[in-house]
Amino acid sequence: MSAPAFGMHLADVVPFNLPSIDYRLIAPILILMGAGLLSVLVEAFIPRRGRRPVQLIVVFVALLAAFAMVLAAAGSRAVTAEGSIAIDGPGLLLQGTLLLVALLAAMLMAERMVDPSGDAFAPRASTLPGSEDERQFTQRGYLQTEIWPLFCFSVSGMLLFVVSNDLLIMFVALEIMSLPLYLLAGMARRRRLLSQEAAMKYFLLGALSSAFFLYGSALLYGFSGSIDLPVIADQITAKPSQSWLLMIGAAFVLIGLLFKVGAVPFHQWVPDVYQGSPTPVTGFMAATVKIAAFGALLRVLYVALGGLQWDWAPMLWIIAILTMVVGSVIAITQTDIKRMLAYSSIAQAGFILVGVVAATREGLASALFYLIAYAFTTIGAFAVIAMARDSSGEATHLSRWAGLGRKSPIVATAFTIFMLALAGIPLTSGFIAKFSVFTAAIAAGDTWLVIVAVLASLVAAFFYLRVVVLMFFAEPGPETATVAVPSVFTTVALAAGATVTVVLGVVPQPVLEMVANADVFIR
Amino acid sequence: MEQIMPATGAFSLIWVLIALPLAGAAVLLLGGRMTNKWGPYLGVLTVVGSAALGVVMLLQMMGLPAEDRSIQQVAYRWVFADGLSVDMAFRLDQLSMVFVLLITIVGSLIHVYSLGYMEHDPDRRKFFGYLNLFVAAMLLLVLANNYLLLYVGWEGVGLASYLLIGFWQVKPSAAAAAKKAFIINRVGDVGLGLAIMVMFVTFGSVTFADVFGQASAASEGTLTAIGLLLLLAACGKSAQFPLQAWLLDAMEGPTPVSALIHAATMVTAGVYLIVRSNAIFDRAVWAATAVVVVGLITVFMGAIIGSAKDDIKKSLAGSTMSQIGYMITAAGLGPIGYVFAIFHLLTHGVFKAGLFLGAGSVMHGMNDGVNMRRYGALRKVMVITTITFFIGYLAIIGIPPFAGFWSKDEIIHAAFEKGPVIGALLILGAGITGFYMSRMVAMTFFGKARWEDDVHPHESKAVMTIPLIILAIGSTVLGMALLFWGHIEEWLEPVTGIATAPSPLSTAATIGISLAFVIVGASIGWIMYLRREVPITAPRGSLLTRAARRDLYGDDVNEVLVVRPSYWLSRVLVWFDRAWVDGFVNGIAAFVGGFSGRLRRYQSGFARSYALSMVGGAVLVVLALLLVRLS
Repeated sequence: MSAPAFGMHLADVVPFNLPSIDYRLIAPILILMGAGLLSVLVEAFIPRRGRRPVQLIVVFVALLAAFAMVLAAAGSRAVTAEGSIAIDGPGLLLQGTLLLVALLAAMLMAERMVDPSGDAFAPRASTLPGSEDERQFTQRGYLQTEIWPLFCFSVSGMLLFVVSNDLLIMFVALEIMSLPLYLLAGMARRRRLLSQEAAMKYFLLGALSSAFFLYGSALLYGFSGSIDLPVIADQITAKPSQSWLLMIGAAFVLIGLLFKVGAVPFHQWVPDVYQGSPTPVTGFMAATVKIAAFGALLRVLYVALGGLQWDWAPMLWIIAILTMVVGSVIAITQTDIKRMLAYSSIAQAGFILVGVVAATREGLASALFYLIAYAFTTIGAFAVIAMARDSSGEATHLSRWAGLGRKSPIVATAFTIFMLALAGIPLTSGFIAKFSVFTAAIAAGDTWLVIVAVLASLVAAFFYLRVVVLMFFAEPGPETATVAVPSVFTTVALAAGATVTVVLGVVPQPVLEMVANADVFIR
Repeated sequence: MEQIMPATGAFSLIWVLIALPLAGAAVLLLGGRMTNKWGPYLGVLTVVGSAALGVVMLLQMMGLPAEDRSIQQVAYRWVFADGLSVDMAFRLDQLSMVFVLLITIVGSLIHVYSLGYMEHDPDRRKFFGYLNLFVAAMLLLVLANNYLLLYVGWEGVGLASYLLIGFWQVKPSAAAAAKKAFIINRVGDVGLGLAIMVMFVTFGSVTFADVFGQASAASEGTLTAIGLLLLLAACGKSAQFPLQAWLLDAMEGPTPVSALIHAATMVTAGVYLIVRSNAIFDRAVWAATAVVVVGLITVFMGAIIGSAKDDIKKSLAGSTMSQIGYMITAAGLGPIGYVFAIFHLLTHGVFKAGLFLGAGSVMHGMNDGVNMRRYGALRKVMVITTITFFIGYLAIIGIPPFAGFWSKDEIIHAAFEKGPVIGALLILGAGITGFYMSRMVAMTFFGKARWEDDVHPHESKAVMTIPLIILAIGSTVLGMALLFWGHIEEWLEPVTGIATAPSPLSTAATIGISLAFVIVGASIGWIMYLRREVPITAPRGSLLTRAARRDLYGDDVNEVLVVRPSYWLSRVLVWFDRAWVDGFVNGIAAFVGGFSGRLRRYQSGFARSYALSMVGGAVLVVLALLLVRLS
């Protein structure tokens, strides 16, 4: 190639086309990323005293603005950003849910009434646990406001995760979502060693799962010559011959996603991380990561690997059964409420997988509904856990919950609603969710899977109701936790969680219509 | 195809039947302490209001021609997804009408009685709240126009029952009983849940009208499966073999609860379910046969347990199992039995409620003692209770003209139509009923006083005795009223199908034989427990007595078949999850040697083993995918 002659415009030689990006459709992601950057600047330039209010304004405005943009985009179906982002019904629905749940989670994180010494986060995460520095920062009432940029970035990663249409963008989104979470997990104000250990484990195992995902993506690229999900799908139909690259690549990508979902046998991080993280972060993570990861899993399965359904369905069958059974049965033996809810979240992931395996429109719709129902219930449940305390912090041992219903009937009633929903008792969201997932699976011919699922939910009902019994049927003793009086933040989050849980059980119709109209993934 | 009429007139208020007690429950449970004073009265009023409304609806329904008596009211569209549409809709027909009346009228009486019985309980308000919640859920169960909504009521009554059994939670036995009831009921609920899903897949709908309308098009195998699943559900809720074990423990609840929930209404929901689903059982012979077998086994299990227990409530609970066994047996007989299953359900609901409330009145006077060996001679101090209890006694053993005679006799008669063995067994059961009920009456009200020292029995207050009197009147006349004035057979016919007319010739014979058995059984009871003095400590008893005292080893069977295996499963899984994975991984770590050793020093805790188990899982996932591909 000869050097360009003088006077010739550079563009004539190297043709350069602007990538076509529909900024309106990806605005929610950009808003949250922008908010993350802005709140880094806030950390740098606003004096310490003023940081918290400014951060809160940035975060809440960003979440609401992003939600407004999701609403404005409702009904869109488009592939943008040169094919790497797919905006469609399921994607938008999940984005909207993510933003609302994140809003509630942000309220929990902003709470600083329930802990007399501040919020749920270490005043300075960099201080050694138990050190003099830590004591001093606590005494001076420092608050760690760096959680907010981390929060914004994580949410932006989730928003991108559920609409990414190629494996590389999906991987980037996965990391944007996860890295801040690893940090947030280690920032608990109380029991910091447990929290830091959880963060470390989460990070190490998360890195391993990311490696699986990335390696799987590479293998799929090797098979199809592309990282675009639709192209991979086309290649699968075009090359009917079996390929080791395809099978192992698909398996590895799925493993990376199943890890985030918390499916057995990739579940072992869940209890430790749920227990160790600051409770608002646990709630945030439990609700939103589940949505985001299932969103991505559904997209990969339905869009890229749809042609392989007969190959992955048996594998997911086994995983779904393992997940439901292991989650439900082990939850029974747990004595820590956060660990119990961790195993419960594993079991719930199994129930959602039942809808995923169905691989029909009904299966997709029911899984989406389940995710929505589960997310709001979970946020509410963790809001309550954050409030049940004693002088040394949260009282998470189950024995401390004995008689809580006598001491604080309203909060205990709210927690009962969440437990009933998770157990799938009628007139709560959980019942409609389970029912629609199970009927979708039966309609798809997975009768035996549903029988296992029903039996597992029978077992699960036992440990959820055990908490209810403990709260209402036991006499409160000196050991019983006290429910801290929260500020308006937690109150709103708790009320919203309970309201959605009940409304989705009594009048689920609008949301059922929404998930049914969300239609299918765009290709 | 049956005709379904829109709700007009009083029928437009069907939803109010449920909403009234539900609102009562909401006020009582959420209202806090300020409702302590007037709350219980509000609770009573809401149920009485529903009862009044129910009577008005009955009058309006009686004015309609028989084919227009199935009324439907759609509140709103509840679930509507791809291919599945379920309304929050109610169906009031002849069958649900009689249930509405039973639930609200007996419910009202028991609410009133509870005003006296629970007078000194500090948590009285909560008790009435739960009781209202129960009534609302039970009404929802019988008024639903589809199986999914029925399931809501089904779970609702289970929940209320659970809360009420465990109401005196200070007693660990009450909490344990509540848990047991709940778990066993969940097993039954699984049956109902699966049945609904199979129905949805087979018929594309879960409304009664669609399911029954298309039942003839489904294969017999499918219908049998649905029928057996429904039977499982009925066994759980109605304490039938093999899910019977919870009912005896449920007597830990306050006595009005035992009367309302565990005698008159909730435990009969299984009978309702089977009779309601008659279109399925009519076409699934094997399922119907299974129903009869389950019913017959329970008739005897209940009767034997009732004969051996010294606890008055547990003896009555055994009797309830046995009587529901009669209803279930009748429901399994097909069209000739459905009507009489419901007939017996209604009369039993009244006289058994009366007996339980009578037992409650006795306990009230005996410092809550339940041991009949410490009763005796109470007729002298509790005149009204004695008379009303005795009327209930005559009704349950089936002495004409009391209520139980008519309904039990019809069942026995129908059973002979189906097969002489069934009829003969039911007659034998009637004889045992005569025995254990006589034993109970003799030990409680007659003989010598064997009271404990600090017990001073006394008659209960009017608020408790008036419901007893009303129920006693019901126990006397209800059988005749329903049969001769209400024409219950014709009334229910549009719902249950036309019964082949039983030949009237054998009636006299069956009446004669069954009465003879009852009188022999009763005489044995009276002679055994009046002629000889009742020892205060129970004698060792025969092998059967000892088995019956242990609920015929129901708990032991559950323990061996269900509890232990699930316990071990959980232990094994925990062990597998923690120890085995770690052990396996440590083994690999040792194998891998130095590298792993360095890793171990490097990392804390179990992170390494989690990671290695992930790798193990990954290998499994890949293998699973490849195996499918290669096979």
